[in-house]
Amino acid sequence: MTTSQIEQVGGKGYKWVDDRVPASTFLKRNLGKVFPDHWSFMLGEIALYSFIILLLSGTFLSLWFKPSMIEVVYDGSYIPLNGVKMSEAYASTLDISFDIRGGLLMRQIHHWGALFFVAAISVHLLRVFFTGAFRKPREINWVIGVGLLTLALLEGFAGYSLPDDLLSGTGLRIAEGITLAIPLVGTYLSFFIFGGQFPGSDFIPRLYTVHVLLVPGVILALITVHLMLVWYQKHTQFPGPGRTEKNVVGYPLFPVYTAKAGGFFFVVFGLTAAISAVFQINPIWVYGPYVPDQLTAGSQPDWYIGWLEGALRMMPNIEINFFSSYTLSVNVLVPAAILPGLIFTVMALYPWIEQWATGDKKVHHLLDRPRNAPTRTALGAMALSFYVMLWIEGGNDLIASTFSMNVYTITWFFRIAIFVVPPLVFVATRRICLALQRRDRDKLLHGYETGIVKRLPSGEYYEQHAPISDSERAVILDRNRMPEALPMPEKTDANGVKQPGYWHKSLQARLSRFFYGEQLPRPTPEEIEAAGHHETELTDERDHEISDSRAEALAPRE
Amino acid sequence: MSIEHSSHSEDLPPHVPRRADTDPRAAKRAERQVGLLFIASSLATVGFIVAFVFISTEDLLDLPFFGNVSASNFALGLFMGVALFAIGAGAIHWAKKLMSDVEVINERHPEGSDDESRAAALAEYERGRDESGFTRRPFIRNSLLLSLALAGIPAVVLLRDLGPLPGTVLRHTMWTEDMRILTAETLQPIRPGDLEIGTLVSGVPEGIDLVLEEEGNLNELAKSPVILVRMDPTDIKAEQGPADDPWGYQGILCFSKICTHVGCPISLYEQQTHHLLCPCHQSTFDLTDAANVIFGPAARALPQLAISVDTDGYLVARGDFTQPVGPSFWERG
Repeated sequence: MTTSQIEQVGGKGYKWVDDRVPASTFLKRNLGKVFPDHWSFMLGEIALYSFIILLLSGTFLSLWFKPSMIEVVYDGSYIPLNGVKMSEAYASTLDISFDIRGGLLMRQIHHWGALFFVAAISVHLLRVFFTGAFRKPREINWVIGVGLLTLALLEGFAGYSLPDDLLSGTGLRIAEGITLAIPLVGTYLSFFIFGGQFPGSDFIPRLYTVHVLLVPGVILALITVHLMLVWYQKHTQFPGPGRTEKNVVGYPLFPVYTAKAGGFFFVVFGLTAAISAVFQINPIWVYGPYVPDQLTAGSQPDWYIGWLEGALRMMPNIEINFFSSYTLSVNVLVPAAILPGLIFTVMALYPWIEQWATGDKKVHHLLDRPRNAPTRTALGAMALSFYVMLWIEGGNDLIASTFSMNVYTITWFFRIAIFVVPPLVFVATRRICLALQRRDRDKLLHGYETGIVKRLPSGEYYEQHAPISDSERAVILDRNRMPEALPMPEKTDANGVKQPGYWHKSLQARLSRFFYGEQLPRPTPEEIEAAGHHETELTDERDHEISDSRAEALAPRE
Repeated sequence: MSIEHSSHSEDLPPHVPRRADTDPRAAKRAERQVGLLFIASSLATVGFIVAFVFISTEDLLDLPFFGNVSASNFALGLFMGVALFAIGAGAIHWAKKLMSDVEVINERHPEGSDDESRAAALAEYERGRDESGFTRRPFIRNSLLLSLALAGIPAVVLLRDLGPLPGTVLRHTMWTEDMRILTAETLQPIRPGDLEIGTLVSGVPEGIDLVLEEEGNLNELAKSPVILVRMDPTDIKAEQGPADDPWGYQGILCFSKICTHVGCPISLYEQQTHHLLCPCHQSTFDLTDAANVIFGPAARALPQLAISVDTDGYLVARGDFTQPVGPSFWERG
C-alpha cells in the first residue's frame, strides 16, 4: 500500500495522524483480531456498556443536582411536598424529576443502569468462575474483576445515598452504625466521615465527590487495564472442533465484532431507556425528605445490598463489654465488616487456592465446561446458595407480610439454613455434574437417542441410537484435558527415611483428590474408536434382523 | 495478509452457507431490513425531539397496569429506547446476515517474556544499578526510602480537620430536667390524660426546632427522639430505674426511639403485647420489661428516660438519659 492509497481511503486527517503516530501499524495488527463467539461472553460487555450509560446519564444529572445539606423550603411542581423543609440535595432531585424535561428519564436510566451494572458484573463473574476462565494467565484480571465488583457496590450505595430522601438517609444511618461498631477507631472514623455527629451537614457534598470523581475514576482505570489484558491475552474459548490451547477461533474485530459489539452497546442503552420509560424506579418523592426520627415499614435497599442487609438481620445479638469501659459490637461487626471482608478476600484469592490445591500451574485458554470440574462447580454453587440465603433474609419482612408468616420464624429458618443448605448444595451439584459426565460418556460411546422407537417381530421394542456430531464429540472429548488428582506421596523413601515436606505434600494430594478425584473414568481411545463404528453396526444389525424376520414372515408358507 | 491466519482451518467444521450467502433475494431482503431499522431509529430520534418540545413535564398518561405515569418520561424514554435499540439491532442483523460468518483462526502467542528478553532486561537493569550504585551505596538508598515513606504522611495529617474528635457528645442529648416532652407531629406538650392505655406517641424535647435551626443540621433529631407509651401499670414487669423510684409516671413510660442496633428510628408498635419492632432489622423490644431485646440483632435495651409532670401538668423529663442512646460504639462501655 502506498501513501497515496492510504490518503485516498482514510482522508487527509488519517494521513496526518499516521505520519505522527503509527496508526496503521496498530490497525494492521488489530483489525483482523479474532474474538470467539458465545452468548456468555456478552455479560462483561453489558457491564461495560452500563458503565458508559452511567457516565453519560450521570453527567446530565450533575448539571442540576445540588450536593448540599442546606435546608430549603420546597416550592416546585410536586404539590404534595410544597412548603416542606428539606435539604437542597433532595429539592434539586425533585426539580430534576418534575421540572427538567428528560430529567426524570435520566434519573431512571441512571438508577436502572446502576442495577444492571452490578447485575452484569455479578453474572459475568459467575461465568468466569464456573468456566475456569480465571486460571493462569488470567489471575490478574480476576482480581481486578473482584475489585470492580467491590467498587461497583460502593459506588451504587453512594449514588443511592445522594438524593437525601428518607430511604437513602436511613441507609446512611445504618452505615454510620456499622462504622461506629469498628473497634478502637470506629467512633473517630465516623466523626471524620460525617464531619462530626450524624448526619451533620458535610456528608452529602463529600459523598458527591466520592461518587462522581473518586470511585468512577478508579473504576475507569481498572476497566481500562481489564480490557487491555483481555486484548493482549486474547479471549478464552469453549472447547470444540479445531479449538486448541494455542489458537482463537471466531470472527474478526473488523467488521463482524465492530458491528456486533458496537451494535450491542446501542441495544443495551436502548433497552435501559425503554425500561426507564415504563418502569418506575426509586420514586424519592414518595419517600419524602430524610428526617432521622421517621421511617416506614418495608424499607429495602437496592438489590445488591440485600445480602448485607440479610446478614445484619440474621446475626444473633452478641455484644461484648470489656472492663465495663469498651464495647465490641459483634452483632454488627461480624455481618457488616468481617463477613464481607472474608468473602471478598477468599474470592480474590480463589485462583491461587485452586492452583495450590490442584498443583495445576499450566496455562489455560480453553474453558472448562462446569460439569467437567465438578468440585469447582459445586464450590461455586455452594457459595452462591450462601449468598442467596443472605439475600432472601434481607427481605424477611417483605416475605412475612406477603405470605402472612412470622418474621421471627423466617429469621430462625435462615439462621439454620445458612449452615445447612450450602453443604447440601455442594453435594447435590457435584452429583449432578458427575451425572452429566456419565450422560456425556453414554452419548459418546452409544450415540444419542433418536426418538425413533422400533419394534422387532419378536415383540422387542428398542430405541434407535445415532452417533453424535463431530462438534459434540470434540466438546465431550475435551474432558480428557482435565488434570488427574496428584498421587499420595510416600511417607518414607526407599531407605525408610522420612520424606521432607511430607505433610505439605500429602495435604496437597488430599486437596487435589478432593478436586479431581471423584470423576468418571475417561473413555479410553479404544472405547472411543470402537464407539465410532459400534453405533452404525448396532443399528445395521438390528435393521438386518428386522428385514430378515420380515422376510421370514412374508415368505410363503409351505 | 499480515494477520496470522492459521493453516489449520480444515480442523473447523465445514462452513454451512446461510440463505443470504446463496440466495441474492434473501441478501437483498436482509439489506432492506437493516436499512429500515436504521431509518426507524432516525424517525424515533425525530419523535424524541417532538416529544421534548410538545409534551409538558406536568402531563400525565393513564396506562393500563402502570396507572398514571409522566407522559414526558414515557414518550422520551420510548423514543430514545427505539432510536438506540434500532441502531443496535440493525448493526447486529447486518453482521449476522450479511457479513462473513466463516470462522477464522488466530494463533496465540506466549503471554510471558522469552528467555532472550529476560536476559536483556536483566542486563539493562544491572547496568543502571551499577551506574547509580544504589546497592553499593545503601545510605543513599535507605535515606531515600525513608524520605519517600515520610512524604506520604502529610496526606494523612491533612485529613485531620475532616471532623472534630468525638469527645463525649455521643453520651448526651439535649434532654434536661423539667424539659417538656412535645409530640413529634405537632410539637405540642402532652398531659398524662392525653394518653390512653395502649397508645404510643413519638416525642421530642421542647425547643428542638430552635436547636436544629441554630445548629443548621439534624444531629439532635438523630439522638433525642423518644416514644411515650401508656400501659396498665399492672402490665409493667420491670423498668430501668431504681425500684423505689420508677422512671415511669402512672403507667406512662418513655424510651429512646433510636434503635440500639444501628440507629434506625423504631416505629412498629404492637398494642396487645407492648412490643416495639425496628423496621430496619426487626430487633424487638419488650416495653413491659424495661425495653429488653426479645428478638433480633440489637444487643441492648432501649434507654429509658425518667419522666414526671411539671406544675402545669405536662409531661417532662427528669434529666438526660443516663446512658448513650443509639448504636454501640467502642468507647461506650
